[in-house]
Amino acid sequence: MIAQVSALLRGHAGTTALALVGLGLLFGLPLGLETYVLLQVTVYVTFAILALSLGFVLGFGGILCLGQSVFFGLGAYTYGIAVTDMGDSTIPVLLSVAVPSLFAAALGYFIFWGRISDVYVGVITLTVSLIFFSVVNSTAGPQYHIGAAAIGGYNGMPNIPGINLPFEPDDTLDPNGVFYLTMGSLLVCYFGLRWLLTTTFGRVVVAVRENERRVELLGYDARRYKLLALTLGAAIAGLAGCLFANWGSFVGPSVFSVVQSAQILIWVTVGGAGTLLGPVIGSILISWLTAVLGTQQTLNASLVLGFILLVFVLVVPGGIAAVARRARTAAARLGAFGAARRIGREAHPGARP
Amino acid sequence: MTIDRRTFLKTAAGIGAAAALPMPFVRTAGAADTIKLAALYDLSGGLEVSGKPMLDTLNYAVGEINAAGGLLGKQVEVVTYDTQSAMQMYGQYAQQAALKDRVAVVHGGITSASREVIRPVLDKYKTLYFYDTPYEGGVCDRNIFCPSTTPGQTVDKLVAYALKKFGKKVYTLAANYNYGQITADWVKKYAKDGGGEVVGTEFFPLDAADFSATISKIQAAKPDWVMAVLVGGGTISFYRQFAAAGLGGKIGVASTTFGGNGEQLVLSPKETDGIAVCYNYMETIQNPENAKFLDGFHKKFGAKYTPLYELPMSSYQGVHLWAAGVRKAGSTDRMAVIKALETGIAIDMPSGKVTVDPTTHHCILNVYLAEFHDGGPKVVQDFPQQKPTDTEAVCNLKDHPNDRKQYVIKV
Amino acid sequence: MAWAGIISIDFLYAVASLILVSLGLAVIFGMMRIINLAHGEFLVLGSYAAILSSHAGVNIWVACLIVAPLAVGMIGFVIERLLIRHLYGRLVDTMLATWGLSLFVVGLLTTVFGNDTQGVSAPLGPIHIGDYQASGYSLFVIGLALVVLAAVYGVLRFTRFGLFARGTMQNADMAAALGVHVSAVYSTTFALGAGLAGLAGGVLAPVTGVFPSIGGAYIGKAFITVLSGGSAILAGTSSASVLLGAVDQIGTFATNAVFGQVGLLVAAVVLIRFMPQGITSRFFRRSL
Repeated sequence: MIAQVSALLRGHAGTTALALVGLGLLFGLPLGLETYVLLQVTVYVTFAILALSLGFVLGFGGILCLGQSVFFGLGAYTYGIAVTDMGDSTIPVLLSVAVPSLFAAALGYFIFWGRISDVYVGVITLTVSLIFFSVVNSTAGPQYHIGAAAIGGYNGMPNIPGINLPFEPDDTLDPNGVFYLTMGSLLVCYFGLRWLLTTTFGRVVVAVRENERRVELLGYDARRYKLLALTLGAAIAGLAGCLFANWGSFVGPSVFSVVQSAQILIWVTVGGAGTLLGPVIGSILISWLTAVLGTQQTLNASLVLGFILLVFVLVVPGGIAAVARRARTAAARLGAFGAARRIGREAHPGARP
Repeated sequence: MTIDRRTFLKTAAGIGAAAALPMPFVRTAGAADTIKLAALYDLSGGLEVSGKPMLDTLNYAVGEINAAGGLLGKQVEVVTYDTQSAMQMYGQYAQQAALKDRVAVVHGGITSASREVIRPVLDKYKTLYFYDTPYEGGVCDRNIFCPSTTPGQTVDKLVAYALKKFGKKVYTLAANYNYGQITADWVKKYAKDGGGEVVGTEFFPLDAADFSATISKIQAAKPDWVMAVLVGGGTISFYRQFAAAGLGGKIGVASTTFGGNGEQLVLSPKETDGIAVCYNYMETIQNPENAKFLDGFHKKFGAKYTPLYELPMSSYQGVHLWAAGVRKAGSTDRMAVIKALETGIAIDMPSGKVTVDPTTHHCILNVYLAEFHDGGPKVVQDFPQQKPTDTEAVCNLKDHPNDRKQYVIKV
Repeated sequence: MAWAGIISIDFLYAVASLILVSLGLAVIFGMMRIINLAHGEFLVLGSYAAILSSHAGVNIWVACLIVAPLAVGMIGFVIERLLIRHLYGRLVDTMLATWGLSLFVVGLLTTVFGNDTQGVSAPLGPIHIGDYQASGYSLFVIGLALVVLAAVYGVLRFTRFGLFARGTMQNADMAAALGVHVSAVYSTTFALGAGLAGLAGGVLAPVTGVFPSIGGAYIGKAFITVLSGGSAILAGTSSASVLLGAVDQIGTFATNAVFGQVGLLVAAVVLIRFMPQGITSRFFRRSL
């Protein structure tokens, strides 16, 4: 029985089941939850999108991006500035995806065409996030504005108008609408990435992670694939930024901070790099934990988060996803053992899409 | 910070219970026979230093109210949220306070940035808000009350005093956010009004810790005194490096923030002698309310508690003002309390009389000019009942009750 | 003239503090290929060690120069045994684990000491150059950076441990085959790097106030200096410190501290882009 279920989970049926759960949450949660809880769930889902972006770049692209917050922040600020200037949110939303993508493309060109690899990519991306943080943090003066939108430095930009129906500036989304949009975006990004990983492009991206030289010898330009992976990750992170600015009607320079980048990395590590579902689960768990920690005063939040990160790196490499996979494989073995006795053949554990 | 075993066990049990609940239903609803007051302060992260004393004075004020029989026959319950020095947590907890915990009033927010995150949320969900912090002025919103000072109440006196005492040339060092920027503008204006001149202005991020280049630049500009509008954990480095370069005593120092976080306790008297400040409250003020307050507060929190300044005092005053409003209104209903406060309620506080100004929702209060000597402030002059003249110039909630913004005051 | 003197002191001080702050990280990275993201917290621990012992009555010089490095060196030794040991060869995992350690230490320090800023006064008076004055302690920091550089060079170049360490750095397997106790070399190196961080923290304690999260202000700069310097510990750190310190100071004097810092960061990014293995991959190649 368990063997059949796990076989189901491994095949297309698993995807279908997951899609059904996702759609169920999308339409079910607004019915069952009060407004406050729905607002909290919305921000967790926003973070899940952000986690997904790094999960793809780091886990599948193999790019050690320590500055994913740059793209998140760029998305948030682009939305905030553009929507303040334009009033209607349609184009700002598109810009909040386009600007981080373009920036990632330029940065990626700078990095990958210099044949810079692993840890040095980490240094450059981290440094770029420090630059953004320092610069945006020091734009408090009235002289720093784009159109009517003051950038606001350390204070950030308050009162950012919400997302409205396309080209209908007066129809701002209510909390339910924002949730549909956010959860819908997560589902599109998640299943989009899953689909992408089954295409030739996706397979080459993973191959580059596994062995860059071999891929090049087979005639692919590894740099191009890495660039595209980084850019795609940036686009998703930018979307998350846009949703984040919309959620709180606010964006401040801390979206660019090292702490923000660390958070994303913790989500991915705890959830499990190399999977897509892992980072999503990791981000939701950790964000929830952070909120719980804030309602008590004995345990310091960074003490707990640091400890969790240490434990996961040392004791649970591969994160929650690996634990789940091991549990599933073990269950499959057990089940397969029973099945093998009945029909006399071994199951085939371990394969995953 | 010390943790005694009891609070640890209590909190650990609390987390256990919270974690056992299905997420995200974290908090159990309180009993309906209390009035809930939300406290949103940074109790961890960079702003913890400011947030902890504010929460303590707030709890102390609520304790006083409860000991005297509560409000409208009910006890006041404080719901505390640690915003962890993160803006997003302010948004999250403001929503939680308004929608889930359904509190009667929210006190909190330290930086102007956090206020601007909370304010629209509480406007939207119709929950009364007290921003208990000295700030740059200009907020004009009927849902918010600001029971502390703005530059129009303190900076003018401080600049006038320093111009007379130290000389006409001033160099401003300010924190690089709107409080610092706007206060630096006021310094420029008041210096000009007093016949002085600002010879240099420099802005620093809140985490700045190395001031050596600045100290050289200050020497090159040759000012008579330095105006320090610095905020953040690194500000101590400025006073220390300034003294280490031997400039203390040679160039005067006035500050709008010094002492607020116990800087004088870390620095030696030699490094702090002569620094001029101007606040709504300091412990050395002489009056019966203050004596009574200090006595009770030190009994509860220990005599060695970091000396209190206007930041934590604002939380204390804010709670008592709100309570006075509730008593007068006979209800905790938002509009009833706002209208009661708008009658111009006045209460006697450790800092002197505090009166709500109905047109701006700021306060008319006493300010005190002091100089540091032997590690403590000595009051030089007091200015009773100062009006928030800066905000007054742009904000009139009587004529425009629907205003919902922070005006940038043209200096 | 006096103005030029003051400016040069500021410049040398900026370079010296960069060297002190980065050297511990450079030793660990150069020898062990480990990026210790808890380096900033090692500095903070050094500062706390110095301040606490000086408040307890220890002479300020002893507290800064001896107590701080010894205490943090020992902590480093223990951490290597408990954590780092399990992660050799897993560069990314070490970064993550030390990042976790860094958060953990910040949380721990906050729980124990609170978030108040603590400090001690600088023990030296001001010096006068013409009409201008500078802190005498700055000169001491400049001198100390030179002494520390010389000492590390001496240890690596002339002692038996230095020989083993250099051998292990070039080829760990070969060194092990020749009878070097590689794991002991690693733990000693890590403790040495931690001790250098503690020394920097101790020395900077009288200049800046100390609070639990101030390590974040150091780690970025140190990290960037070390990686732009490249794998040669001393030549790399010194050359990168001079270059980046110069950019920082020019930016700071021309505009303000923020743009000095941003200039430093931009310079580092460009440097790494064109010399991915650091300055010492192209210059000073055979140096230590």
